[in-house]
Amino acid sequence: MSDYNFAYLDEQTKRMIRRAILKGLAVPGYQVPFASREMPMPYGWGTGGVQVSAAVLCPEDTMKVIDQGADDTTNAVSIRKFFEKTAEVATTEATDEADVIQTRHRIPEQDLREDQILVYQVPIPEPLRFLEPSEVETRKMHALEEYGLMHVKLYEDIARNGAIATSYAYPVKVEGRYVMDPSPIPKFDNPKLEMAAVQLFGAGREQRIYALPPYTQVVSLDFEDHPFDPSKADHPCGLCGSEDSYLDEVIMDDSGSRMFVCSDTDYCQSRRAAGHVGHQGVPFEEVSA
Amino acid sequence: MIEIRNLEKSFILHNQGAAVIPVMAGAHLDVAAGECVALTGASGAGKSTLMRMIYGNYLANGGSIKVGDVDVARAEPREILTLRREVLGYVSQFLRVVPRVPTLTVVAEPLLALGTPVDEAEARAKDLLAQLNIPERLWSLSPTTFSGGEQQRVNIARGFAHRYPALLLDEPTASLDAKNREVVLSLIEDAKAGGAAIIGIFHDEAARDRVCDRVVDVTGFTPVRAA
Amino acid sequence: MTPLLQVRDIAKFYGGRVGCTNVSFDLYPGEVLGIVGESGSGKSTLLNCLAGHLAPDQGEVLFDTRADGQRDTVTMSEPERRMLGRTDWAFVHQHARDGLRMGVSAGGNVGERLMAVGARNYGDIRTQALDWLERVEIAGDRIDDRPSAFSGGMQQRLQIARNLVTGPRLVFMDEPTGGLDVSVQARLLDLLRGLVRDMGLSAIIVTHDLAVVRLLADRLMVMKSGHVVEQGLTDQVLDDPQHGYTQLLVSSVLQV
Repeated sequence: MSDYNFAYLDEQTKRMIRRAILKGLAVPGYQVPFASREMPMPYGWGTGGVQVSAAVLCPEDTMKVIDQGADDTTNAVSIRKFFEKTAEVATTEATDEADVIQTRHRIPEQDLREDQILVYQVPIPEPLRFLEPSEVETRKMHALEEYGLMHVKLYEDIARNGAIATSYAYPVKVEGRYVMDPSPIPKFDNPKLEMAAVQLFGAGREQRIYALPPYTQVVSLDFEDHPFDPSKADHPCGLCGSEDSYLDEVIMDDSGSRMFVCSDTDYCQSRRAAGHVGHQGVPFEEVSA
Repeated sequence: MIEIRNLEKSFILHNQGAAVIPVMAGAHLDVAAGECVALTGASGAGKSTLMRMIYGNYLANGGSIKVGDVDVARAEPREILTLRREVLGYVSQFLRVVPRVPTLTVVAEPLLALGTPVDEAEARAKDLLAQLNIPERLWSLSPTTFSGGEQQRVNIARGFAHRYPALLLDEPTASLDAKNREVVLSLIEDAKAGGAAIIGIFHDEAARDRVCDRVVDVTGFTPVRAA
Repeated sequence: MTPLLQVRDIAKFYGGRVGCTNVSFDLYPGEVLGIVGESGSGKSTLLNCLAGHLAPDQGEVLFDTRADGQRDTVTMSEPERRMLGRTDWAFVHQHARDGLRMGVSAGGNVGERLMAVGARNYGDIRTQALDWLERVEIAGDRIDDRPSAFSGGMQQRLQIARNLVTGPRLVFMDEPTGGLDVSVQARLLDLLRGLVRDMGLSAIIVTHDLAVVRLLADRLMVMKSGHVVEQGLTDQVLDDPQHGYTQLLVSSVLQV
């Protein structure tokens, strides 16, 4: 028996957060204010996501935590340990086996199912923030659907760079109503926002929760003559050879040789286990041997 | 065309002990279409005041000023604006324009305000400027930098651009040389022939005798001032 | 003809103090109304009440909307009023930086109102922005520069372009030439006059500069301590002022 209440937060707090989540699901894309608690980790380390995960976890659930697609980075490891300790839930690195997946900056490559929940860590939930500093004004803009400003941002991108250069946290419109920041996922992941699983977004410092119910319509904003393009690096993965997954660029040595590898480590590993080998990789059995 | 009855005017100077200065009482005047009437009287007798009242520039205290079917003494600002745009022209002694606007546009403006197409309005403006001997190289410049005589001629061109049915002329031939004076007088004669009712102030007696059908001395409209 | 704007008995109080009171007038299409008065006379309060930036305590502001004819903008819902604010109405601030997005390029500033009413074609938006920059005499190659790199006069002209791009019918201007030096003022006045005539705009201009209203305004309203003390044709009010305050105001102007 742990000395912590299940999943760290007290029951009243979890109820409060669940109410916010339900409201968010009822009004997809709308930012619901909630009374974010102090968590035993710094802001920016996923305090919002952790609170949302804590509110939706059940003792029998299996949890997976990824950071930039990887299960083995500091942030992912420490949050996974946090729930192992405070909720004593089972954890996994396999996307397939997880009931709740908390993520920072990525959507897993593998399609999620209706019985899974994807929890995002969100630094700045307000997509209009960089152009309109006033919270009173941005809330009014959401309420009245005054979203011209969002396109001003994209216009500026094209004027300056010849194309929409926004490559992550690319704004979307949800069910033709609310404009939403999908958190800093690469725009490559935007099409995947229309999925079977429940998606919950938690911003701890900014005290906002928003949500996408399964199969919600999510459209990336664009211009008729500059349509949305979910591009990625034009390479196959060096380890597993995947042509259609999102890649990280890794610098290999001081002379500048580079390697592109899947950012989703579980996806890459599963492919290699299934026998796929990239041009810089070695067969999976040799590594695990 | 112009019908003035019992017109009264006094100035009240609120900041100088509310002094009341009566300047006009019982003014009567009728001007028919195609007729030109000269106002005379000593300086300060109220010639300019009367002209300004007809134009709506000074407010009447009593009586009526009918220009066409509009009583300027009672009309709404909007009605007076329409009247000035369509019916009643005024050539003052001073040119008042937005700096930087080219002379051609200044002259064409009354026509543009009536919705005349730009080419047509500018053609008329060019014609008038040429008649009044304003050199073509000045047309694209603002008249604010012109000499007094040139400004006066631009002012006249502007006043005659639209063929107003009623026209007020304040010293139209002052500061003009013989050649240009002749042009202005023939413009006035053309306007008369076109049926315009004209009221003018002419210090130039020869000009007055040539274009005016009647002379009205405004001294008769001046109230007796308390000594 | 229906007035574009009918103002009925507008009043605004700040506690016991009068902001403005008892103001009524009609504004017809194509008309330019000047409001003059010294600082604190209530002219800016009035303008803000008319433009929907302040809620008046009393009175009606009836605007002849394209869709539904006359509507009281004081009692209409906020979304409707804000929609008017970016379609049929325009507001030119005294300080260009209050009316511009300083961190957004000139083209983005002009394009914002277009995008706000649904324009989604980058090429079209840019073409219109270029057209408007030209109309306000800003060189096309400055389209991607931010307003912070512009002179005061250019910023003011950019603000005007940004406001007029959606073809509004009524423009509110708060001291549009304030803070500009005289040669720049003249250029701006000329520009405004041309736009008012060519677009058939109605405008309400608040200023303390009598020379500006003489050149721009058809009609004039003189305010003092929140009250309208005199109104009429601009040249009549300036040349034959009836109220003591107006006489003082006119006689106080320095002659050049």
